[in-house]
Amino acid sequence: MSAILERTSTEPRIGRLSRRHFLAATAGGGFALALGWPSASDAADPPKYGALGMANGVVENPLVFIAIGDDGLVSITCHRAEMGQGVRTGVPLIVADELEADWSRVRVVQAPGDEPRYGNQDTDGSRTTRHFFMPMRRCGAAARQMLEAAAAARWGVPVAEVTAKNHQLVHGPSGRTLGYGEVARAAAALPVPATETLRLKKPADFRYIGKGNVPLVDGPDIVRGRAVYGMDVVMPDMLFAVVARSPVFGGTLRGFDAAAALKVPGVLKVVEIKGTAIPSAFEPLPGVAVIASNTWAAMNGRKALKLDWEGGPNAGYDSVAYRATMEAAAAKPGKLIRTQGDVGAAMGSAAKTLKADYYMPHLTQAPMEPPAATARFKDGRMELWGPFQSPQAVRGGVAKRLGLEMDKVTVNVTLLGGGFGRKSKGDFASEAALLARESEGKPVKVVWTRDDDLHHSYYHTVSVEHLEAGIDAQGKPVAWLHRSVGPTLMALFMPDPKTESPIELGMGLTNLPFAVPNLRIENPEAAAHVRVGWYRAVSNLPHAFAIQSFVCEMAQAAGKDPKDYLLELLGPPRRIDPRELNDTWNHGEDPTLYPVDIGRLRRVTATAADAAGWGKTLGPGRGLGIAAHYSFTTYVAAVVEVAVGAKGELTIPRVDIAVDCGAIVNPERLRSQMEGAVMMGIGNTLGGEISFKNGRAQQNNFDTFEVLRMNAAPKRIEVHMIPGDYDAPLGGAGEPGVPPVAPALCNAIFAATGKRIRSLPIKGQLSA
Amino acid sequence: MASLTVNGTARQYEGDPDMPLLWYLRDQLQMTGTKFGCGQALCGACTVHMDGAPVRACVTPMVAVSGRSIVTIEGLDANGRHPLQVAWVELGVPQCGYCQSGQIMQAAALLKNNARPSEADIETAMSGHICRCGTYTRIKAAIQQAATKGA
Repeated sequence: MSAILERTSTEPRIGRLSRRHFLAATAGGGFALALGWPSASDAADPPKYGALGMANGVVENPLVFIAIGDDGLVSITCHRAEMGQGVRTGVPLIVADELEADWSRVRVVQAPGDEPRYGNQDTDGSRTTRHFFMPMRRCGAAARQMLEAAAAARWGVPVAEVTAKNHQLVHGPSGRTLGYGEVARAAAALPVPATETLRLKKPADFRYIGKGNVPLVDGPDIVRGRAVYGMDVVMPDMLFAVVARSPVFGGTLRGFDAAAALKVPGVLKVVEIKGTAIPSAFEPLPGVAVIASNTWAAMNGRKALKLDWEGGPNAGYDSVAYRATMEAAAAKPGKLIRTQGDVGAAMGSAAKTLKADYYMPHLTQAPMEPPAATARFKDGRMELWGPFQSPQAVRGGVAKRLGLEMDKVTVNVTLLGGGFGRKSKGDFASEAALLARESEGKPVKVVWTRDDDLHHSYYHTVSVEHLEAGIDAQGKPVAWLHRSVGPTLMALFMPDPKTESPIELGMGLTNLPFAVPNLRIENPEAAAHVRVGWYRAVSNLPHAFAIQSFVCEMAQAAGKDPKDYLLELLGPPRRIDPRELNDTWNHGEDPTLYPVDIGRLRRVTATAADAAGWGKTLGPGRGLGIAAHYSFTTYVAAVVEVAVGAKGELTIPRVDIAVDCGAIVNPERLRSQMEGAVMMGIGNTLGGEISFKNGRAQQNNFDTFEVLRMNAAPKRIEVHMIPGDYDAPLGGAGEPGVPPVAPALCNAIFAATGKRIRSLPIKGQLSA
Repeated sequence: MASLTVNGTARQYEGDPDMPLLWYLRDQLQMTGTKFGCGQALCGACTVHMDGAPVRACVTPMVAVSGRSIVTIEGLDANGRHPLQVAWVELGVPQCGYCQSGQIMQAAALLKNNARPSEADIETAMSGHICRCGTYTRIKAAIQQAATKGA
């Protein structure tokens, strides 16, 4: 089979790349790499935004992403990681649409980790569609024009007379046709058209974009048990490993005795993994690995290890005591984040003031597939296979840790059995690589058990949000004070930071778009005692929970309807430059292209409320709650309906969620992301908590770490998608559905029972 | 030694009798459709049929499967066209998909005993399964669709 580009997944090569499309790799440690900090390398350079601001930016060369065989089969490479958000369907369908390819003759190829070749691959921050919609359209259009040019040359006619349509090239005047496969070879030899000569399709001519008519690429394999996740990698002569890790973050291994472990049948070897001093970023925790001929033997070998741990600086961490520490911090002023007017004076003259503290515990991603990775070290080359959200970060991490050149490390990306932020950290991949180096060329699969996952995660932070408000005699908001306290994820990358980064603050706190004349936002200090990472929607979770709950409390105090009061706080439709709100991050996006659009936030609020029948009469013990939140450049509002029984039994008959993420590429998957966001938001709120005692996570499995199950799930979820303009900037979809869910649920519980939930999880609070 | 059948094929097992069926399937037979999620029968990802009944492979030791017939997701239907598999694809149930083998196996056992399950029947049968992506409303709809089309 010939191809526009011949390639193999394990030996990426540069091929015929058009260098001018390349952006230089930007500098940046794990922080910039992982979170999308605008990456101006020095102050003299203009800032780069969006995809261009990410490490290794964008590659738009069709020869990298599209291959067409003589048989006409179109292979489209997806360079982003699939974790359920639908990118292996959504990204290729963009290319296929502009290419005028027949979807039934398209196959999807997964790219290995190689950002210089593919552009940024860090699948995080709800960025894939937002950043790659236009680049992928241009790739598809360029390949289509190359096919048209090749057909025109074959026929000896002007290229303007040739049109690509549904996998065929048609010569208008004569009606002659050629299949894509018949000219693929010739097309591959033509120059890639310059960007300014590309003819993009009109949205009215889209075949797949916005239609929801493309079935999930991996659906048939998933339902037959054939889909391959990181945990499922199988290779000849494979070995299996589990690792006993320091139970406390920052602990060290004094010594260990492996004699009993080595007597367990099937156990082959015991290997120590050295830890890295804090801040340890994505490096493995210190541990002792048991390598065996099967997973079960490795687990039994681990049980037989005798380990002597030194607890280290976090051995006293107790999340109950730490809550009191954070509440004390929230009671006093902290680092000033934003101010307007005079909050102190306005509070003093307000007709009514109210205040509340909101607590959200540590949470964890707990993807259904625990972390797992396979590595093989042979002839000086390291090859890995696994569920990696950021394969280039894995590549860099492994190369650095093992002292290998980057080109000696190959990272293959399997399907991810859920990610939610956990699998953007490559600690488990580096473990596999370190063990493979000790295994004489045999592949080693590191398997994390569920207790490993819950005990050694990169947890969602823990937080206290302190809010105060003043309202005037007419119930209007006149003063707003917010102190946000929570350990920062920056502690992964720098020694002992105590305040939050602009990224965390920019998730619904700094950029609060309320029309309140006097406003003050502060960030008192808090120290991290565990690996604080990012979990779907990150700091938006506590910010939205506190702010949107407090809005409802203010409405109650003002004697007004919560939805009306929310709209009053939002104020009139207007576009706010995020810089006016002191938000320097703005999700890494250009503030002129991505203002905070109050009109859009109002519209999703009204849409969700109308669809839910806001204002309707409900029976006793029933209620509606509303919340709206802007995150990842997308506007979402949710209305939750609850029924609470006499003994506090909670059921959720219905949730309405309205989303405006701009233009919609795959409405079917946008809908599923919103459904999933509702479920995850409710699970976080009802039972989600990781607590710590003596520095150790107290939850071992799904009996004590409670996640949502079908019996507690909403009976019905209605997703309302606001259509957008394909020429306007796109928003994210993976995360922004989650933040409004917790406050909408708690506001509904208040409406139903008069009970205000300020501390999560809800657990037994309704029966108390 | 244990003699068993897996998806109709006779198998002999010699080894640790305490080893869960899950690791025999995954590591020895290299049949990875049956998933590891919790190891303690708390999430349902490893659900297979033993003599037709749903069991959690992660807590079913090999000593308990001697003489038994095991069916996994790979063997649920020779052509992968079980009504549940068809409905799952038609309704776009999976997100990440990792838990779905177990969900489908549980649902298949439900429909075998209860051809027209009510919503409450479905919730009772399926609440031992966790989907972190939150596909529960679609799972319910797919079971109902498969039931009406005859599983």
